[in-house]
Amino acid sequence: MTAQVNLKVNLGGIEMKNPVTVASGTFGGPEYAPYVDLNRLGAVVVKGTTLEPRQGNPTPRIWETPAGILNCIGLMNPGVEVFLHEHLPFYRQYDVPVIVNIAGNTVEEYGLLAEKLNVEGVAGLEVNISCPNVKKGGMAFGTDPAMVREVVAAVRAATPKPVIVKLSPNVTDIVAIAEAAATAGADALSLINTLLGMAIDIRTRRPALGNVMGGLSGPAIKPVAVRCVWQVAQAVDLPIVGMGGIMTAADALEFILAGATAVAVGTANFVNPRATLDIIEGLEAYCREEGITDIKELIGAAWK
Amino acid sequence: MYLEKGKVRAREERGCGYYWLEIESPAVAAAAVPGQFVHVRVGEKESMDPLLRRPISLARIEREKGRIGLLYRVVGRGTKLLSSVCEGAELDLMGPLGRGFTLVEKGKRVAVIGGGIGAAPLFPLVAELVDRGAEVKFFLGAANHSHLQALQPEKMIRGGELVLATDDGSAGFAGRVTDLVRQEIGPFRPDFFYACGPVPMLRAVQQLMAELSVPGELSLEERMGCGVGACLACVCKVRTAEAPFTYRKVCSDGPVFPAGEVLLD
Repeated sequence: MTAQVNLKVNLGGIEMKNPVTVASGTFGGPEYAPYVDLNRLGAVVVKGTTLEPRQGNPTPRIWETPAGILNCIGLMNPGVEVFLHEHLPFYRQYDVPVIVNIAGNTVEEYGLLAEKLNVEGVAGLEVNISCPNVKKGGMAFGTDPAMVREVVAAVRAATPKPVIVKLSPNVTDIVAIAEAAATAGADALSLINTLLGMAIDIRTRRPALGNVMGGLSGPAIKPVAVRCVWQVAQAVDLPIVGMGGIMTAADALEFILAGATAVAVGTANFVNPRATLDIIEGLEAYCREEGITDIKELIGAAWK
Repeated sequence: MYLEKGKVRAREERGCGYYWLEIESPAVAAAAVPGQFVHVRVGEKESMDPLLRRPISLARIEREKGRIGLLYRVVGRGTKLLSSVCEGAELDLMGPLGRGFTLVEKGKRVAVIGGGIGAAPLFPLVAELVDRGAEVKFFLGAANHSHLQALQPEKMIRGGELVLATDDGSAGFAGRVTDLVRQEIGPFRPDFFYACGPVPMLRAVQQLMAELSVPGELSLEERMGCGVGACLACVCKVRTAEAPFTYRKVCSDGPVFPAGEVLLD
């Protein structure tokens, strides 16, 4: 008989039964419940939520690129009140930590969102300071260490719940941004958000996306994401949710070995709706093969 | 909604870039209704490029036989790869997805209007409507005779009256299918209509039917990500009382929408 593999991890106060969660904006519980037993996931991170409803950007909002996709959704969401009253009850049926991704136009809005979401059924917050597709807030906050400190401090002051700060790769020095988030009281970091990119439709001779520029995700960005996790994990003493092009358990392992405590599956959900479950099974199988009894042994093993 | 490995039982090249695939996919076939689609993984197994699935309308639904038919036109890399699958190959399918057509009651007169490859989801619709005892007039337009031949409308439906139009006049009515509809719609006086095709055609149909106060449904297309309503990429504009418009998801709120609601830019 083989020994049990312990896949449990703790993400800045959030107990996860395994390291696998989903990337905000790529997964809805009601949409994926026919394919995935949500109770098996380590956590669910829901779509970016704002104070007021957002319509999002004009179409086309998605464009396929080599082994990747560009998107410019633009934080389309029904607003925090609808989330609390109509969406959260759905997740309460499940035994899975729910992490809410929040995005504000101003520092104050981040604080207000954190207050409103200080309710039962919300396990933690992911502070989105890295969305490339909105004019205010978003990436504008996540590329300046002083702004990062302000936003994170506002959220920290407004909630006792675990605060995860989602970082943008579109910076010169991601470690400086990570340190700013840590100083301001973050419990964990998630990285990376999408890479700012664009494509041109040669038939219309115009930008392919409705919002001209968009965020690149998918396997194409994985090496960039692994590099970011590698750098941040060694510099900052906070648990990390690694993400960026994770399609398989092998991809997830790269992130864990680079220093991620948890991993988020994003674009892969669109391709294989069971990707999260395949990855959980794959992580367990790898541990058995390698004689690893606790997956935590692998976190940062590539540099420890 | 299922994830199913469908087995390709027949493949046919129809000319003008049109292809027909008959797929054994019992779970999808049993649950499907006209107007729905399958999200198909194209390319080599485990290949990450192209990455996304391709949404393809169900052009035939055979519940008892456990088969579905896909009729599609090669427009890019994904459909090109899909066109190279062989008989016996397995296709990774998600489906049936989306909201299908609302079926009218027995005895109603319906106009079904299709343009080019937009005819695909209308074939099982016509079949179902005929079975239900509706009086169906199917207006089908295409660029020319060869395109019409590739669609093989006579083979795809059984029953209902078929009226054809070609832009160049090489078969049927010479001109746009919407002009044909305008000419014939008066005496036919439909109770309801269904349309699928290029946006200019949908716009013309929407306007004409609004003038005649005939309710109906439009099936829309948009670049899609997940296919299940999670990624919010494939949205269309619909009328609302509160705002100039609101976005709805083509993949899960549609692809079929009430014609009166849709705002076609």
